[in-house]
Amino acid sequence: MTLTSDEIQAILREARHFPHPSAAAIEALNVVQRSHGWISDELLQEIAELLGMSPAELDSIATFYNLIYRRPVGRRVIHYCNSVSCWMLGAEDNRRHLSEKLGIAVGETTGNGEYTLLPIVCLGACDKAPVLMIGDETHFNVDPARLDDILGETGAP
Amino acid sequence: MPDKIVGNDFGPPKAGPKDGLQGGSPHKIVGNGFGPPKAGLHIEIDGKSHPVKAGENLLQAILSLGLDLPYFCWHPAMGSVGACRQCGVIQFKDANDAQGRVVMACMTPVAEGMRISLQGPDAKAFRAGILELLMTNHPHDCPVCEEGGECHLQDMTVMTGHTVRQYRGLKRTHRNQDLGPFINHEMNRCIACYRCVRYYQDYCGGDDLQVFASHNHVYFGRQEDGVLENEFSGNLVEVCPTGVFTDKTFSRHYSRKWDLQTAPSVCVHCGIGCNTSPGERYGSLRRIVNRYHGEINGYFLCDRGRFGYGFVNGPARLYQARSAETGPLDVSTAENRLRAMLEDAKGIVGIGSPRASLEANFALRERVGAERFHAGIGDAEHGCLRTLLDLVRNLPLHLVSLREAERADAVLILGEDPTQTAPRLALALRQAVRNRALAIADELGIPHWQDAAVREAAQAEKSPLFIASPAPTRLDDIAARTCRASPRTIARLGFAVAHGICPEAPAVMGLTPEHEALAAEIAQALTSAERPLIVAGTGCLSEDVLRAVGQIAAALAAARPGRATAVHFAVPECNSLGLALMDAQSLAHAAHTIESGEADTLLILENDLYRRADRTTVDALLTRARQVIVIDHTLHATAERAHLVLPAASFAETEGTLVSSEGRAQRFFAAMQPAGDSRDGWRWLGPWPCLDDLTRALADSLPVFQQITACAPGAAFRIAGQKIPRQPHRYSGRTAMLADIRIHEPKQPEDTDSALAFSMEGAANDHPPALNPFVWAPGWNSNQAVGKFQDEAGGHLSGGDPGIRLIGDGAGTGLPWSVPPETEASIADALRLVPLHHIFGSDETSMHSSAVAERAPHPYVALNPEDAARLGLAEGEEVELAPDVWLPVKCLPGLAAGIAGVPAGLPDLPVPVTAWQSWKPNKPGDETS
Repeated sequence: MTLTSDEIQAILREARHFPHPSAAAIEALNVVQRSHGWISDELLQEIAELLGMSPAELDSIATFYNLIYRRPVGRRVIHYCNSVSCWMLGAEDNRRHLSEKLGIAVGETTGNGEYTLLPIVCLGACDKAPVLMIGDETHFNVDPARLDDILGETGAP
Repeated sequence: MPDKIVGNDFGPPKAGPKDGLQGGSPHKIVGNGFGPPKAGLHIEIDGKSHPVKAGENLLQAILSLGLDLPYFCWHPAMGSVGACRQCGVIQFKDANDAQGRVVMACMTPVAEGMRISLQGPDAKAFRAGILELLMTNHPHDCPVCEEGGECHLQDMTVMTGHTVRQYRGLKRTHRNQDLGPFINHEMNRCIACYRCVRYYQDYCGGDDLQVFASHNHVYFGRQEDGVLENEFSGNLVEVCPTGVFTDKTFSRHYSRKWDLQTAPSVCVHCGIGCNTSPGERYGSLRRIVNRYHGEINGYFLCDRGRFGYGFVNGPARLYQARSAETGPLDVSTAENRLRAMLEDAKGIVGIGSPRASLEANFALRERVGAERFHAGIGDAEHGCLRTLLDLVRNLPLHLVSLREAERADAVLILGEDPTQTAPRLALALRQAVRNRALAIADELGIPHWQDAAVREAAQAEKSPLFIASPAPTRLDDIAARTCRASPRTIARLGFAVAHGICPEAPAVMGLTPEHEALAAEIAQALTSAERPLIVAGTGCLSEDVLRAVGQIAAALAAARPGRATAVHFAVPECNSLGLALMDAQSLAHAAHTIESGEADTLLILENDLYRRADRTTVDALLTRARQVIVIDHTLHATAERAHLVLPAASFAETEGTLVSSEGRAQRFFAAMQPAGDSRDGWRWLGPWPCLDDLTRALADSLPVFQQITACAPGAAFRIAGQKIPRQPHRYSGRTAMLADIRIHEPKQPEDTDSALAFSMEGAANDHPPALNPFVWAPGWNSNQAVGKFQDEAGGHLSGGDPGIRLIGDGAGTGLPWSVPPETEASIADALRLVPLHHIFGSDETSMHSSAVAERAPHPYVALNPEDAARLGLAEGEEVELAPDVWLPVKCLPGLAAGIAGVPAGLPDLPVPVTAWQSWKPNKPGDETS
């Protein structure tokens, strides 16, 4: 896996917005993740070099953010919130239902490469807990029945 | 030039010392009025009023008062970030407030009349809660953890009273990394205080140790397994408050801190003179830790100094006398043989050593006479040191301590790579470029200890640092400008800077326009700075470069009447400057004396001559001498050719005085008894019953050393009639540790040379700083106990930082302007050799430590890639450096053109680059020249 020239151009374009190219680190990771799905060690090295950072520095940023993936993930990542509000209002029930329905534990990807199940700390909608994200969509007040609807909608197995 | 210098930029030295050998406590000669004087602020702590210093944070103030308050992320050298939340106290808003609120002491500035509570129930409960949270993931592995017994986390846990764990959940676990030969990694112990990355990145400029992930998963390590690259990584062992980073060399022969016998010592691996505490158990040296010195090393050592101790117990260590004819000798036979050889000698040439103490060198000098006493260093280095001393004695130069160097607001490095030749100085210079950040903070009213805010305000702003050197250096990343050139050109640049500062200094003709512009920029920066500093040394073996430094110093002094110029000259070895002050003869003179038949016996003290001159010369000298006697602790090529070898004590087993590159004389003490039959070098040579007699004899015969008796209290010093124990009061196993050899408990060895005892018994408190073997205070078992021994947190040692400055106080009145050297002649297809130094590799003794040797480079000849292409040489191709010495070519981008860099001092590269000769590369198959 190496960066395409389009990706390199996009990263350099972002880097030009700042006095220090390293300020574009997050956007650069997003650019690459959009096309590759996740950030491999090799890609990380290349991006770091483009931005004049050490790989460790960039990896420190990459691993901090939940939405940057340093391992392969499915086409859609299910991020269920397990912070306090969601945890009190049934996040664990949802998690169990998802695991049973999709046949994957937290951190795993379905055999068809469609879904990966991951926890997340907070999605900023505690008033509508429990909350989860599937791909780019956020779903509120989720319960197992609603999950069946949603996964049906989104093309569940 | 000014007639009389009234001050330097770092405060005037104080009045003369008294003779410490009389039994008095050491006199504090150097003390600077750093920062504003203590303003008369008072704060109320638990109902009692205490004086504090304006501008401090509450944690600093509380610790400086000698009170206890637990903390993790704060460090006196790194300031506050408020990350760990451990130092919570209650602050009341006024005299009527009975409830108060929790504040982080490290993030709260002191203010007049402030009321706080340390001991209030809410304050204590808060701290206990934080500690319990920090401990939820910490394993119960103290018994197998190498930090145990000197662990800040243990101390703080006990201090907060968290003695019962309630948490019953799973603990997160991590995979550990192999971080190279120096450091162990055990991430499960981490409490996420962030000290390691703040130290490694912010303080040292390293970029390969990072923090990964977030919340409960944070991981401090490298992006992948591999050697921690920074030259100061070893301090992680002491910076980490628990056992995440521990000393891997110590692991191999581990012992608890309380079982180690230690002594106040001085590092012997470069000329800086960092203070150390070597620790011994079962007759072998187990480790080195930092010993705080407020003017020199502060809290930090370099990795060469920390991990280079292996030679003391190494395979090449000499334990027994030996003769070339009969092999091993017992002590009395060796003594008789020595006496007979010296009586039989038709003239003795004594060769001293820059890695032996003043006393040992003086003993040799007394034995052979001043005329026959030789320095035992390469002739080029000898010339450099003479020039250097000439400048220091005659020009208005102030030789700066490292703390002073940290305060410089413009720095010029001329011809030196301090990271490789004087590593701890490089770390100080890395702090110096932050003075611009601190000035910005001052403008904004941000206290210096507000670390994150200061960094945020300053962004990438730095005080100017200019580096002119033959090869890239490890400080290039913080330099305003770098210039790569030959030593001659560097010297010319320096002379042009001097001319730019003071037009009376002669101009330099024929400089390139770039160098003209650079010289003007440097002159401008140095002139407009408040505390300019020039750094140079013997690294590139160029007297021209040193003369240029003298010229700049004189020019600055002329432009700033009454101010001495701050300079630091890096010198290669622990007593290079001390030996130079003895005005010994050159090695060439020794060769001449033997060659001419005026003497037929060589008496060599702690020196391997094959490191000092080329093989042919040394071979000739050793062959021509009828008798060769070597006194040393380690077997080397010279000792192998000696007729008699006498085993000497290493620095860890003997005592004496060293003069650092700051001009500071410091006493080091034995941590252990000499191994095997070895004894103090001077004890083989003379009639002195104990060290004090010898030190005093030296002070009496050479005026420059008059004050050295005051470096530390003498052997007669007692506290309430007692000596100072080298062993902690918890030292275990004394009655049993040798029972496998002999069931009777042996008598503890006596020490006639110092006021220290090889015992756990003695005076527990009030040790003079120069005699304090280790730091320990009730409740403070880690090295962070040092706070209890300072005049204020991060300040000077109570009672004064040890050592006496002998030279470099800015009193020189002037020399005539020096004439700049001419442009060097072009030498067509040849190159000029320059030595390139390596922190791991160029020092003789540390290379006997396998961990250090693992980090050393293989021999090479470095060429600028364009030069290599021009000469048709490819990377890795073998070329002939000297007859029958073939080395691979290394393409070094950034190396000055026209130069061939050869690593200095590698054990398997015996050809020293003694002067920067011209050299024409031969490839295999070429006709050899």
